[in-house]
Amino acid sequence: MAEYKLNTPLSDADIAQLKAGDVVFLSGTIYTARDAAHKKLVDLLDQGKELPFDLKGTAIYYVGPSPAPPGRPIGSAGPTTSYRMDSYAPRLYSLGLKATIGKGKRDAATRKAMEDHTCVYFGATGGAGALLSNSITAAKVIAFDELGPEAVRELTVKDFPLLVINDSHGGELYAVPDLKAAGIE
Amino acid sequence: MRTIKASDIVDAVANMCIKGNTELPDDVRNSLEKAMAAEDSPSAKEVLRQLLENADLSLKTKLPLCQDCGLGVFFVEMGDQVFVEGNLTEAINEGTRKGYADGYLRKSACDPLTRANTGDGTPAVIHVDIVPGDKLKITYMAKGGGAENMSRVTMLAPAQGWKGIKEFVVKRVAEAGPNPCPPTVIGIGIGGTFDHAAKIAKRALTRKLDDTHPDSKVAELEKELYEAINKLGIGPMGLGGKTTVLGVKIAMEPCHLASLPLAVNVQCHSQRHEEVIL
Repeated sequence: MAEYKLNTPLSDADIAQLKAGDVVFLSGTIYTARDAAHKKLVDLLDQGKELPFDLKGTAIYYVGPSPAPPGRPIGSAGPTTSYRMDSYAPRLYSLGLKATIGKGKRDAATRKAMEDHTCVYFGATGGAGALLSNSITAAKVIAFDELGPEAVRELTVKDFPLLVINDSHGGELYAVPDLKAAGIE
Repeated sequence: MRTIKASDIVDAVANMCIKGNTELPDDVRNSLEKAMAAEDSPSAKEVLRQLLENADLSLKTKLPLCQDCGLGVFFVEMGDQVFVEGNLTEAINEGTRKGYADGYLRKSACDPLTRANTGDGTPAVIHVDIVPGDKLKITYMAKGGGAENMSRVTMLAPAQGWKGIKEFVVKRVAEAGPNPCPPTVIGIGIGGTFDHAAKIAKRALTRKLDDTHPDSKVAELEKELYEAINKLGIGPMGLGGKTTVLGVKIAMEPCHLASLPLAVNVQCHSQRHEEVIL
């Protein structure tokens, strides 16, 4: 398993070299969006309108941070469960999004979209939101302020620690549960 | 009768919300430390190391352990000799509002259809039981959405018995895989009714990880499930390993002749709960 330092915008070459299990420290600009923001993003696309940020080469972090206390750019900021964004992800990957960041399994259509468009799914450690916030140096709401914690934020990250869960070649890192070992047929 | 002022409840609840979200309980920390020592896989060890570092950082900075500060769930044991001066439900909600605002905690309550955030973390989910005595005991849980989504209630046929229960629970954890932030804690409600099984499953999650069920037969069943689930190999954050669950807690109550209600309430590794006795 290799270790990489990558910067946004991410190129196809950046992504193609990654294999499930690799560690990536990501720096640059990324965007936050969860369920409610994704719905609004896709509504904008359906209406032929421009998105509040450029998808090309960027990464979407599935996170709804806690409020920033005085003196910090953001509150706790760990990943939310990704499958809830599976109904939106293939379309965004097809439009130039290079990476998504979350936790938990992705569906078959989302995994296929990663192979088709040279994209990747990164895992960040769920429940380590205080620790992960240390790698976020700036945050500002750029769209859908009314969504509160679910608003779209532009984040500046420095060496954000990630693990490649699904690579662009069909590889996946998650363990397959062994029901037989657990005594269940 | 003993009188307790609603304002005292407000302050106690606000403190619990803040403490619960920033201080990982000792039993959970000890359990994560033991798991880290037991794991052979480097990725499993690394995840557990990060979780312990996160807990240290949270304690120091007062940033919440997790950005998902949960829906506030409260179990209230109200002594029959207690009179609350004011409104108990409103006092708990007001304490929640105050705690989530003052502690910079994320407000995660929303309308189920419009998805509009209520803006202040309320309404909390409150269960009240009347018990003998003149004390008021309030237990708070910060229940995150990711693990809650992996929970299920089912009505088994009585003929399915323990074998059916075990199969349902183990398969549920297997299917949830990495989604609920393993290593998880599994609260299991067996018996009662459709609603009651879910309630006692959730209340079982307020037990200490290192306790032993007072009924030795149930304690055996907990151990059997704990061992079976940990053989699944899902491991911390689903990356493989020996630690898929930190604990299995069973609550069992009589049920209807025709039924075998079963509830599986999944809780993430950030098992945040606090209690206060007024």
